[in-house]
Amino acid sequence: MAIYTSLYQEVILEHNKKPRNYGAVTNASHHADGHNPLCGDHISVTLEMNAENISAIAFAGESCAICKASASMMTVAVKGKSRADAETMIQEFRDMVTGKLEVAAAQHIGRLSVFAGIQELPMRVKCAVLPWHTLHAAFAAQATISTEADADPMHAPLGNA
Amino acid sequence: MSFASHQIASPPVKNNAALTGVAPAFDVERVRADFPILKLQVHNKPLVYLDNAASSQMPQTVIERWVRYQTTQHANINRAVHHLSEVATSEFEEARRKLQHFINAREEREVIFTSGTTDAINLVMHGYGRKFIGAGDEIVLTTLEHHANIVPWQMLAEEKGAKIRVVPINDAGELLINEYEKLFNERTKFVGVMHVSNALGTINPVKQMIAFAHARGVPVLVDGAQAVPHMKINVQDLDCDFYAFSGHKMCGPTGIGILYGKAALLEKMQPFKGGGDMIATVTFAKTTYNTIPHKFEAGTPPIAAAISLGAAADYLSGIGMEHIAAHEHALLDYATEQINRLPGVRIIGNAKHKAAVLSFVIEGIHPHDIGTLLNQDGIAVRTGHHCAQPVMQRYQVAATSRASFAFYNTFAEVDALIAGIRNVQKLFS
Repeated sequence: MAIYTSLYQEVILEHNKKPRNYGAVTNASHHADGHNPLCGDHISVTLEMNAENISAIAFAGESCAICKASASMMTVAVKGKSRADAETMIQEFRDMVTGKLEVAAAQHIGRLSVFAGIQELPMRVKCAVLPWHTLHAAFAAQATISTEADADPMHAPLGNA
Repeated sequence: MSFASHQIASPPVKNNAALTGVAPAFDVERVRADFPILKLQVHNKPLVYLDNAASSQMPQTVIERWVRYQTTQHANINRAVHHLSEVATSEFEEARRKLQHFINAREEREVIFTSGTTDAINLVMHGYGRKFIGAGDEIVLTTLEHHANIVPWQMLAEEKGAKIRVVPINDAGELLINEYEKLFNERTKFVGVMHVSNALGTINPVKQMIAFAHARGVPVLVDGAQAVPHMKINVQDLDCDFYAFSGHKMCGPTGIGILYGKAALLEKMQPFKGGGDMIATVTFAKTTYNTIPHKFEAGTPPIAAAISLGAAADYLSGIGMEHIAAHEHALLDYATEQINRLPGVRIIGNAKHKAAVLSFVIEGIHPHDIGTLLNQDGIAVRTGHHCAQPVMQRYQVAATSRASFAFYNTFAEVDALIAGIRNVQKLFS
């Protein structure tokens, strides 16, 4: 059985069905929109920073289950954390889903290791990573990011003709 | 679950030889045996390949033709006087004649080898459009077009200051022909229309549309990429000025396609690409161009691919395009009926005349999740916008899942698709 047959497990399906922190933070200090033009998916991330800590975070948008569950679990994971910790998690999540980091070595992302199997589905990696890149963009005060932008570290030409 | 058990649930196949005692005109199992790739298992399930509108599979005879060319006939064409070059040139031109007959072109010089449909349309844009379409002129396209028949014309319109007019569709995915006719005026200089929609399967009334345009002196390009694999094409009967299609959607290789053009138009056009083969004489003072079709075939072509495409045309003709169309139509009817029975599943595109394409959305489930989960059952469908974003916008969906059939697909495979969709719905319930 391929690793990813277990990708759509309970936890992912559950977060897709009942996403946590869905909506927008009022009086957000940071926000960004993320787009995946290959499938039309888009999500927005808003957060309120209290000094260097994330005191509130929310996301909203239209996306597949993988993207939505990733966003939902991300908001749960980074809430209350410092920006530096969140950036570490962004890096770790990205390295894990692109196969650069063993699941066992992922020390900071906890339950988000359920996304490890997606490395076998290169076409879907972008779905899982989009919320994390959007969070990164929000920290950097970039208003909009795209999975197809040249500067996007995940950018790879994917045939969709 | 084995295929045998699927077949029990399938409707009786009309040409069942055992029941009628008559030799079947079309035997899908015999046809399937011609395609080695159809024996593959994906995730320990038999491959159910329903992404034929993106690319079809290749039968053994075409694979063998490629190997035979490369093993015993390869050299560059139109050049040397040695044996292999003569053989390769002659086989290459023989392939052109096969394609000529396949679409019933009047003359073989009207058949130009391109790298595919996109390349063929770009050839017409550069060769015809840039010469004959100018500022204020209008190009008529349709909402259904693939990006390949939109973007080149937008590039031309931007360069020349020309305008694109778009034929709308109704909710079923059919072109509104009265609206098409209303778009014509004295500035209308060109029409581009797809024969069969890759996103919805709609078969457009191109013959009627061509006749209307011709009555106003306007030439018509037909994007036939999705039509050629599914029905008998007769370019003289259609009376189209240009007809473009791809090899890899008709059991041939990638990297090869055809532009058919009426000789009189091709003669008037400027070359698209400059280089070897397309010239008559070259000096630094002046270059004169070769005659058609060579004027449009600069550089060394994909010779093996062209010859293999000739073999693919022979293969399809051997089965008979009428048998192919009939079998696929039966599959489409059966699949449409089965999908319509599934609650929460909606077919996008319900044109009266459709070819073997079934686009659908499932309430509350993203097409990419559907595609990934069907793949776990060995089922290959396409998910996305199908390079037809204006169509998606018309239906206000970002993407659909698309099952597209070929003549080697079976009723049991439709059953597998339906079971797969049920599994997806169950998982998400």
